Amino acid sequence: MSIGLHNSDIPNPVLRWIDQRMPVFTMMQKEYGSFPTPRNFNYFWNFGALAMVNLVIMIATGVFLAMHYTPHTSMAFDSVERIMRDVNYGWLLRYVHANGASMFFIVVYVHIWRGMYYGSYKAPRELLWMLGVVIFLLMMATAFMGYVLPWGQMSFWGATVITNLFSAFPVVGEWIVQLLWGGFSVDNPTLNRFFALHYLLPFVIVGVVFLHVVALHITGSNNPLGIEPKGPQDTLPFHPYYTAKDSFGLVIYFIVFAVLVFFAPNYLGHPDNYIPANPLVTPAHIVPEWYFLPFYAILRAVPDKLGGVLLMFGSIAVLFVLPWLDGSPVRSMRFRPIARIAFLLWTVAFFVLLYCGGKPAEEPYVTISRIAAAYYFAYFLVILPLLARLEKPLPLPESIARAVLGGGPLPGGAAAKPMEKA
Amino acid sequence: MFRTTLKALAVLGSLVAFAPAPASAAGETIHIPDTRFSFDGIFGTYDRASAQRGFQIYKEVCANCHAMHLLSYRNLRALGLTEAQVAAIAATVQIQDGPNDEGQMFERPGRPSDRFRSPFPNPQAARAANNGALPPDLSVIAKAREGGADYLYALLTGYGDPPAGVTVMEGMNYNRYFPGHQIAMAPPLSAGQVEFADGTQSTLENMSRDVATFLQWAAEPELEERRAMGIKIILFLTVLAGLAYAVKRKIWANAH
Repeated sequence: MSIGLHNSDIPNPVLRWIDQRMPVFTMMQKEYGSFPTPRNFNYFWNFGALAMVNLVIMIATGVFLAMHYTPHTSMAFDSVERIMRDVNYGWLLRYVHANGASMFFIVVYVHIWRGMYYGSYKAPRELLWMLGVVIFLLMMATAFMGYVLPWGQMSFWGATVITNLFSAFPVVGEWIVQLLWGGFSVDNPTLNRFFALHYLLPFVIVGVVFLHVVALHITGSNNPLGIEPKGPQDTLPFHPYYTAKDSFGLVIYFIVFAVLVFFAPNYLGHPDNYIPANPLVTPAHIVPEWYFLPFYAILRAVPDKLGGVLLMFGSIAVLFVLPWLDGSPVRSMRFRPIARIAFLLWTVAFFVLLYCGGKPAEEPYVTISRIAAAYYFAYFLVILPLLARLEKPLPLPESIARAVLGGGPLPGGAAAKPMEKA
Repeated sequence: MFRTTLKALAVLGSLVAFAPAPASAAGETIHIPDTRFSFDGIFGTYDRASAQRGFQIYKEVCANCHAMHLLSYRNLRALGLTEAQVAAIAATVQIQDGPNDEGQMFERPGRPSDRFRSPFPNPQAARAANNGALPPDLSVIAKAREGGADYLYALLTGYGDPPAGVTVMEGMNYNRYFPGHQIAMAPPLSAGQVEFADGTQSTLENMSRDVATFLQWAAEPELEERRAMGIKIILFLTVLAGLAYAVKRKIWANAH
């Protein structure tokens, strides 16, 4: 690296002046313009961009909501309803924010699922994957605290149940719970610190997302075949190919989002959260938001409190070590006939847990949760390590271009040519 | 086609797999019958006349016990009342204001900008006057109960004698649709109780429908604006999706 002005080739003189001193335009051109991207992405590869857009939407709506919200136990509920009634388009802001959380989890669950199906977590993308798990954890913390802010019955009782989980830890448990509460029960100090943290954590997420993207742009993207691009015939410049493809996916995502916001804004919520929090009245069934239900089901599947808490945290912690549990060198499940079935069953187990988590803790849901939870862990801890040794993968294609364009000559470079810089 | 199925499963599955749990108490699931309202469906709007009658019933009957502290009298303009009518309604109540320059609290007639006056100064007073039971605030009740307006209609029309073998506690009333079936509120509506200016018969069913309509409006005053905006946005996005797809096809034409 040499010190001095950057040798910029941006045509516009003003932009070039900036670019010479701070080459952000060169960087954008390199990372989002000509960035070589495997040419065979399917629409599952939209979901990273969708998650990025979703994060921006959440922060944008959240900032304006915070201008009208009052984090005090005696005023929070009414201040939220004031946003719904008296703030210009406040109902729109709030419903976009509330349903945006659900959309965020839908998008991120698909994004994680895609990473697991196509083996995106494997070398050399382990750190990229682990940063993603960190983002997921931060999202869960942020969403949980956000759900507490309206100070409805489910806010209060959800907060009580979830924070109480930490009391299961020996020695430090009680101390952690009091630290979370800021006192001896969920009360005004809890609401205040949750509001502060709910405002802080999204910006931490932005930071980790940045690292996630940096790591992505070192290794490059995985692709549905799970084989590395071997040359320019296997890739396309990110722009305009994937900007165009992401744009289409983005509009479809907006349509789903709009259906929720405008026609079923409370479908994914719980009616009890329109009842102001009351520490003296416990709701008949305390259920967290839908996106936590699989983990909630794992928690309740274990008869022992500490065991349940450990297993629930373990269900996410296991994702961190997934790159080392799955030793198979073949990434994409397309070429792993047995692992593919095992993974699709894991997907079913996830949905079964999601369903059972929303049901009362009684039979048959408890037994079903136990079976599904056992499979959830068996997939990571037993099936994947065993299959890495035992499974015989299908033959991998020679290259991406050959698989996509057929056996003939490879016009890949020619197709990409108009976009390359002269 | 297997992959298409997978996509459908991944995207839609997470949306539909968790149907809302039905209202239940003590393991029993109570089926709330579906009532037809003017605001049903994506093009539904509030029947203003019905909502106005509902407000009249609230004012004459419900408001003796139930507060609606999130609403202001000015909000009634949205139901089609004129400014003068709203001012007249507001002026019928006395609101505590102050302190004045002498430091005294005083009573004055209500203004359109005032919130609906609550029947009790605090929850303790409400309980003391209602045999220990707290009449819930009705501002967002239609959003706070599983079944919404259908539930409210069912509750108001669901009073009756308990079935054989069921004993109702002292001071409680049997209701087919209330969770647990024992409700502290006595049957609030009876035929002929309210006289409507527009000549509508005040049967139990009519009155219950009007109250449910009014409370649904109170809980979701933005509903009509929201749906109108939603229809426009989804139409726009559908056209945009077509254009975006066409652009994508054109750009990718020689890259496959």
